[in-house]
Amino acid sequence: MTTRATTGTPAPAHAPAHTAAQASRRQVLGAGGALLLATLWPTPRSGRAQPAPHPEQGLLVENTPAAFAPNAYIRIAADNRITLILPNVEMGQGIYTGSVMLLAEELGVDMAQVAIEAAPPGGGAEITGGSTSVMTEWLPLRQAGAAARSMLVQAAATRWQANPAECTTRSATIIHTPTGRSLSFGAVAAQAATLPVPQKPTLKDPSTYTLVGHAQHRVDSVAKVQGRAVFGMDIQVPGQKIGTVAACPVEGGTLGGMNKAAALAIRGVQAVLVNAQNNTVCVVADHYWAARKGLRALKLHWHDGPNAHINTQTIYEQLHDGLSGPAIVANTKGDAPAIIAHAHATYTATYQQPLLAHAPMEPINCTAHVRPDGCDIWTGTQIADRARDTAVELTGLPKDKVMVHCQYIGGGFGRRLEHEYVTQCVDFARQVPYPLKIIWSREEDLTRDRYRPAYVDQMSAALDDKGFITALTHRIVGPAVVARWDPPELTKDGYDEDLSVATVITPYSYPAYRLEFARREAPGIVTAWWRGVGGTRGLFVVEGFIDELAQRAGADPVAYRRAMLAQNPRALAVLDRVAQEAGWNTPLPPGRARGVAVQFAFGSYMASIAEVEMPDPDNVIIHRVCAAVDCGRVINPDQVISQIEGGLIFGFSAALYNEITLEDGRVQQTNFNTWRVMRMNEAPRKIDVFLIPSTEDPGGIGEVGTAAAAPVLANAMAAAQGRRYRTLPLLSARNAAAGKEQG
Amino acid sequence: MLSLNINGQPHQVDVDPDTPLLWVLRDVLGMNATKFGCGIAQCGACTVHMNGRAVRACNLPVGLIGEQPISTLEGVDPTDPVVKAVQAAWIALDVVQCGYCQPGQIMAAIALLRTAPHPTDEQIDSALSANLCRCGTYMRIRAAVHHAAGALA
Ligand code: FES
Ligand code: FES
Repeated sequence: MTTRATTGTPAPAHAPAHTAAQASRRQVLGAGGALLLATLWPTPRSGRAQPAPHPEQGLLVENTPAAFAPNAYIRIAADNRITLILPNVEMGQGIYTGSVMLLAEELGVDMAQVAIEAAPPGGGAEITGGSTSVMTEWLPLRQAGAAARSMLVQAAATRWQANPAECTTRSATIIHTPTGRSLSFGAVAAQAATLPVPQKPTLKDPSTYTLVGHAQHRVDSVAKVQGRAVFGMDIQVPGQKIGTVAACPVEGGTLGGMNKAAALAIRGVQAVLVNAQNNTVCVVADHYWAARKGLRALKLHWHDGPNAHINTQTIYEQLHDGLSGPAIVANTKGDAPAIIAHAHATYTATYQQPLLAHAPMEPINCTAHVRPDGCDIWTGTQIADRARDTAVELTGLPKDKVMVHCQYIGGGFGRRLEHEYVTQCVDFARQVPYPLKIIWSREEDLTRDRYRPAYVDQMSAALDDKGFITALTHRIVGPAVVARWDPPELTKDGYDEDLSVATVITPYSYPAYRLEFARREAPGIVTAWWRGVGGTRGLFVVEGFIDELAQRAGADPVAYRRAMLAQNPRALAVLDRVAQEAGWNTPLPPGRARGVAVQFAFGSYMASIAEVEMPDPDNVIIHRVCAAVDCGRVINPDQVISQIEGGLIFGFSAALYNEITLEDGRVQQTNFNTWRVMRMNEAPRKIDVFLIPSTEDPGGIGEVGTAAAAPVLANAMAAAQGRRYRTLPLLSARNAAAGKEQG
Repeated sequence: MLSLNINGQPHQVDVDPDTPLLWVLRDVLGMNATKFGCGIAQCGACTVHMNGRAVRACNLPVGLIGEQPISTLEGVDPTDPVVKAVQAAWIALDVVQCGYCQPGQIMAAIALLRTAPHPTDEQIDSALSANLCRCGTYMRIRAAVHHAAGALA
C-alpha cells in the first residue's frame, strides 16, 4: 500500500520454472493454437517471479525476461477471442477499463473485443492499493500490447512473404496495406506464439492514440447495472453452507462460554465452530438468517483479556503524551528547531485525528472449500497472494493446490489489504466437509475492523516579517502501520515512510524543515491502511496549518500559497485553474465561505476549493467543490473525474462525521445508524473537476480526492465560522462545544 | 411452507416467517442481485419493489408479504421504458464504481420515476437518500435520474 510496497523494485533475476512453462505452452498450443504473452510486470520487493497457474490454461509463457514476473497476460485464441488476465482487482476504481484501454491501444484491437479475467495469485505482485495500479501498469501493459502486436504482424508478414513494415493492425486484424490482404489475429496466433518476444517493442506515438486519453465507458457497467456482477458475497458453490461469526469484541480476549445447544436448536443451524485461538465463534446454517439467529442464541460470554480497560481517552492521552520527549528525526533540512527558538515570530498548532473504520458497502465475506487434496477460496481481496499463503499455512497443502478466485470487490478502501478474514474462513472451513461461505454482519464489520489509526500532530513555524515560513517543524505521534503490515519496510530507525506523504512529499519547499515521528502503537486495536493513507492523514494537518499561517499574516489563502509555490509550476497551474473556475475572487452570496487546499501526493497534483454554508455550528451545506487535477497523462479522463468525485465524498463522510470510539475495549459504533455515512441529500450540490493536460507519467488518482476532503472542508468551515478546526471529525460534539465557547 | 410471488413467478419456501425477504432471495432462491449492506434498513442495498414500491428486503419478514408481488433487479423487464431508461442512463453516465450499492440505487430510481416522471433534485434526494453509496457516486446518480427522466419525456 505504501509506495515502496507496491511500486517496488524489479525482482532479482532468476530463471522462471522453465520446463513447466515450456510444457504448458505445448499443451496450450496443442489445445488449439493460442498466443499467450506475459506482460513485463515488475514484482515488488521480495516477490519471487513465478509463472502463475491458471485453471484453464496451465502455466504460461517462456521468453519472459527473468527480471519480471508474468502476472498479467494477453491470450489470443484461434477464434480471435482476446483475453486480458489482470492481477489488479476491480474495486470501483476503473482499473479494468483503464487496463483494457492501454492494451487495446497498442495491440490494435477494439475495446469491445477484449474480455477480462481476474488473475490467480502469482509471484507476489498482487497488491491493489496505494493508487499505484495505473502507475505500475502504464508501461507494462502498453509493452505487452505492442510486443504481441509485433509478433502477430511478423507472423502474418511471414505467411504473406511481405515486409512487416507494410502491415497495419486494426480491430484485431492485420492488413497488408499494398495488397489489401488481411488476416485475423486469431488466424496467426499459433504461429506468432513461436516467435521470440521482442524485448523492447516500439510503442505508439502518444499523439496517435485513439483510445488512451479519450473518455471510454466502463467495461464493468453493464453487468453491474443489471445486477449480474459477481461479488464475493454472491458466490454460490454447490453444497455451500452459510456461516456468520462473532469475534471477541475486545482485542486479545477469548471465549468464556456459550449456549451451544440453544443455537443448534434453531431451525436451519448446522454447526457451531470455534477457531484455533478460541476467540471467534462461527454458526453455520442453511442460510444467513438462521446463522444469525443461532449466533444470538449462543449468548456468548467473553473473557475480555488485557485490553478491557481501553477507552478512546486512553488512546488520545497516549498520543498527546508523545508530543514531548524523544522522537525519530525522519527528515531534516537546516536547523529548524534552532531557527524557531530564536525567531521573533513563531506559530504552533496541534491537530488530532480519530480512528476510522472502512465500512465498504459489501460487508466482509469469504468462501472456502477445504478438501484433503486442495482448497478453493472465493473472495474479494486486494492481496490475493497473502490470501493464498495463509491458506497454505493453515491447511498444510502445497501452494499449487490452493486457488484464490478473486471476485469483484464491493469497496476496498484499504480494508481488503487485510487478509485476516480469509485466515478465519479457512480455519472454520477446514472443520467442515462442505464449502463454507462466511458473511460478517455489518456489526462485526464495524466492530472488528482494522482501523485507520488516530494521530496527533504538532506543527511549529518561524515566520518572517511578511508571515512566511523561515523554518518548520512537524511532529507526528501515532502508530507505524507498516510495522505490522510489511515489517521489512519499517526503516532501521523505526520510521514508516507512508508518513512522509503530504508532509515531506509536498508541493512546498521550506528554507528549513524537520519531521519527527514519535511512535505510539494504539493499545487494544489493530491499525491498518485506509483510503488516501499518509496523504489523507498528512494533508489535513499541513493544509490546515498553512491556512492558519495565511490567516495570521492577514493574507488571502490562495495568494499566500501562490507565493510559496513560485518554484513549482505544476502546483501553481492547478491552484490558478481552480481559483479561476471556483470564482475565488468573486463575491460570495451572504452566509457562504470558501476554503482551499493544494496537494501533491501519489504522483498527482491537485488544488481544490469548497464553498460552504453553515446555518449553525452543527450543520454544513456543501454548495460546490471545484478541483483542478494534474495527474500526468490521463488514460480515461472520465474515470479520473469519477474517482475525484467519489474520493471527495468518501473523505467528506469521514471528515464530517466519523470517529471510532472505544469503551471498555469495545468499539461503540455498530452499524450505519451509529456510523454515519454521507447521504445523497448531504452530498455537495455540485462537484466540478478540471483536468490539466499533461504528458508526464500517470499519477495515482483513487486516493487524491479523499486526501483533499478534510483540509478543503475544514478550511472552508473555518472561514465560515471564524474559528479553526484542528480536530476531526468536524461535526463532533467536541468541535461544536469549542465553537460555542469561541463564538 | 410459504408462498411468495417474486418476479411474476410463484415460489414455495420452507423458512421461518420471521426470515427477512433478503435472505430468502439470496440464500434460499439464489437470486443475488439484491445486496446485503446493513441488515437494519439503513443503507438501501437490499431495495426491491413490493407492489411497485421501493422497500428494504432486509427487514421485511417473508411471513408478512402474502400475495403482494415482489420484484428484484434480475426480474425487472428490460424492455419496460422506465427500466430501460434508468439502466441506459446509468451506463451512459458511467455511474457505477464498485457497483455494490447500485442494484438498490437502480430499484429506488425506477420506483421514483414511476411515481414522479420528472423529479426535481429535492425529490431525487429524498427518494434516494435512503440508499448509501460508499464510493460516493451521488453526483452521477442524481444526474442519471434526470437523464433517464429526459429520455422518458
Ligand atoms: S441491507 Fe437492507 S437497508 Fe441495508
Ligand atoms: S458504487 Fe460502490 S458503494 Fe456505490
